[in-house]
Amino acid sequence: MSSPTLDTSSATPATALVTPPAEEKLTKKILTADHPTWCPGCGDFAVLAAFYKVLEKLQYPHEKIVCVAGIGCSSRFPYFMNTHGIHFIHGRALPLATGVSLSRPDVHVFVFGGDGDGFSIGGNHLNHAARKNIKLTYVIMDNYVYGLTKKQTSPTSPIGFKSKTDPTGSIDRPINPMKQLLASGATFIARTHAAQVKHMVDTFERAIKHDGFSVVECLSECVMFYEGSFDDSTPRKGGTYEIIDEAQHDVKDDVAAFQLADLPSPGKFGVFYEVQRPTKNALEQKWIDETQAKLGDTPQRELLRKRFETMR
Amino acid sequence: MKALRNAVIRLAGNSQDGIQSIGGILARLAGRTQQDVMTYMTIPSTISGGPSIFQVHLGSGEVLHPGDDSDVLVAFYQHSYDSHISAVADGGICFYDSGEVTELKHERGIHHIGVPFTSATVEAVGGSARDRGKNIFVLGMLCAVFRLDKDKVAGILARQFGKKDESVLRNAMLAFDAGFAYPVGDITTFHFEEGEHKDEHRISSDGNTVMAMGLIAAGVRYGSAYPITPWSSIMETLRTELPRYGGIYVQAEDELAAVSMTIGAAFAGHLAVTGSAGPGLSLKMEALSYASMAEIPLIVINVQRGGPSTGMPTSIEQSDLMQAIYGSHGDCPRIVLAPQDVEDCFYIALEAGRLAREYSCPVIILSDQALSSRIEAFTEPDLTKHWIEPTLDLSDRGADFKPYPLDAMTRHAPPGTKINGKYPHVTGLEHDEWGHPSGNAKMHQKMTDKRRNKLVDLSKKLPLPEIYGDQEGDLLLISWGSNYGQMKESVNRLRAEGHKVGAAHLRHIHPMPAGLDRLWAGFKKVAVVELNDVGVYGYGQLAMMIRAAYADPKIQSICKTDGLTFRIREIVTGSEKIMRGDA
Repeated sequence: MSSPTLDTSSATPATALVTPPAEEKLTKKILTADHPTWCPGCGDFAVLAAFYKVLEKLQYPHEKIVCVAGIGCSSRFPYFMNTHGIHFIHGRALPLATGVSLSRPDVHVFVFGGDGDGFSIGGNHLNHAARKNIKLTYVIMDNYVYGLTKKQTSPTSPIGFKSKTDPTGSIDRPINPMKQLLASGATFIARTHAAQVKHMVDTFERAIKHDGFSVVECLSECVMFYEGSFDDSTPRKGGTYEIIDEAQHDVKDDVAAFQLADLPSPGKFGVFYEVQRPTKNALEQKWIDETQAKLGDTPQRELLRKRFETMR
Repeated sequence: MKALRNAVIRLAGNSQDGIQSIGGILARLAGRTQQDVMTYMTIPSTISGGPSIFQVHLGSGEVLHPGDDSDVLVAFYQHSYDSHISAVADGGICFYDSGEVTELKHERGIHHIGVPFTSATVEAVGGSARDRGKNIFVLGMLCAVFRLDKDKVAGILARQFGKKDESVLRNAMLAFDAGFAYPVGDITTFHFEEGEHKDEHRISSDGNTVMAMGLIAAGVRYGSAYPITPWSSIMETLRTELPRYGGIYVQAEDELAAVSMTIGAAFAGHLAVTGSAGPGLSLKMEALSYASMAEIPLIVINVQRGGPSTGMPTSIEQSDLMQAIYGSHGDCPRIVLAPQDVEDCFYIALEAGRLAREYSCPVIILSDQALSSRIEAFTEPDLTKHWIEPTLDLSDRGADFKPYPLDAMTRHAPPGTKINGKYPHVTGLEHDEWGHPSGNAKMHQKMTDKRRNKLVDLSKKLPLPEIYGDQEGDLLLISWGSNYGQMKESVNRLRAEGHKVGAAHLRHIHPMPAGLDRLWAGFKKVAVVELNDVGVYGYGQLAMMIRAAYADPKIQSICKTDGLTFRIREIVTGSEKIMRGDA
């Protein structure tokens, strides 16, 4: 069953970035910058490797790629990418990226961060970027723990998880990222796993090609402070990695997506939800175009002079 | 018949009576008839209801202040009469609604003229209008009394009401004509001397509208904000106007998102603006420290209001000066400017844009509640001289490109710029010249020096403000923000009393122009006039800054925080006390 309020009829391909291929072939070598500061064994290395692979495949012009992040281990991501990058403050990567996306329709905006940055201090921004359907791709490396500050409870830590801020075990119900994103109106919602590089690459590619706000939650183990957190979804450690069968699951069906999101750990992986709804980028541009069409060729300076005339 | 050079008219009623509307029409009329004007209003912070005044100071010469006392009071209710009759000058006139005001105080030769505003309006308009339109009736009456240009008023009414239902304009004109024709009895009818601004294009508007126009002329096309009084009307104007110029103004989910989106647009290469009032500026502080560290050009407007906390949201105060300069973590140099009057809201916005780009840092504009809403008439800005085309510099950068050079000003390469080498990172971590995180102590000192020296450089380039009045003597008044006119008028009065007094107004609050102490070298005392508290040490916020910079004990303070703008007599009395030495 599709939600009756969803407008899936007016897909807006006009806003999809149509960029010519890069002049110089983008390779992992070109895209590599500083050596990551992550701990050996950190899941984020695999996420970085998958992102290189996707960019090698997509071949966007080098200068049109921009990586944005807030604060956290995973938010160091931009330093490891030889692309335009900005490392912002804790929790505000999404609004910053919104400013870039809305004011620069010619660039591809990628946001990277962790569960604390995305679901806790920046939680409100996630809701609003989602409902506004800002054109960008957001990868949340979820490790269920605060790593950079050395093992405090995170908004996705399961009940019972022992941390420095919950020495007898976490008592607060964790956030269910898929359900929260569904409720906020994100138009592309997926879940993947740092130990599943091929699935990660495929999921990232679909997210990036989506014309709208696309979010990928990527389970990424913190081997220092929450070792074994994702063993139940890691086949070589005895877990199961079950990919959503889209022949059975209609990705336009939000109620079905909610049901998928309710499965007990480890749940399923893949695209939970994907619909077309006009982006804020497109709607703002529509307003600009309609306004300017009425004004004809009047130079901008003349527009302001005429405004002054009404104040005489 | 008596020719007037100045008249102060105070309209006192409730906030929903439309007195702001007719006050605004009187003010716009002045702008069109070469007269000068300054208005002043109080509004309750509730949506509807509560006592409210709108005061209009009309003058044939320069109008520097909204008026301490009023020559004419228009009282809509008994409570309006009771609260404001004491503000009528001796021998002034009080028009009152004779259906509402029943107890009069006959004192000080004030002429009382009772007019049934309500019933006369109902009679004129008829139908189910009730008392709606009584403000327009009063406007008609004032037009007759002051011999204002009736045709021009009709033109303004037509523009204001003509877009609505036809009957609205018809009813307004019926009320206006009834007021104009109403026999007000045995009083002299006044008329104004001809204004002094004959050959200029004059416009009249409020500070927030003029600020928004200034931002557009400065090349601002993007930004984001969150609604808060008294800032909101700037964001509403930008939201409405910018699409005409190809830009977007975003209403954000909160103050933190607003400043972050604006930094995003600035990082993307645009000149961008965010704004708020005091509490919102506090919420933006972490991101503003980032903008200093990352060297992001940014305009931030703070329309100050009464604080702390929710405080007095519709009253004036200038108590965010320290917050603007120092209200963040870490040493984070940024530029702080303050417009001196409504006209200056335009030029300060242009200057803020220029400085933000030149020094690649945040620029905070401290406006205030009085400037935001009051209407003044001034010469239309010449856009052939004051217009900056928006630019987006995506030119290729060479292999030696460094985002944070130590020997040059930072000029960021926005996304979309081809870099013939390593791509730059913009960051809030302390960094080396290429934007790599750096924990090196020497590098932190060098980068701190670099960021601070931008402001040192600017302070040396800023001109000293001119001294108004005596160039040396007993007392130099220094002020900032919306006190400009009142301070000049106070100097006029003090000099008329025989004191040797001058005044200097600071538009550049931080950094201040270098060598500021040259201003007061020839004066015995200095008094800093500002609308904030004297605090624990007995000095207002700007006075504290100047004392800290120059350690001169002759600097003293004239401060108050009653939510209202300075009255001339408050500055005059304060000055006299300081000159006597008993302050």
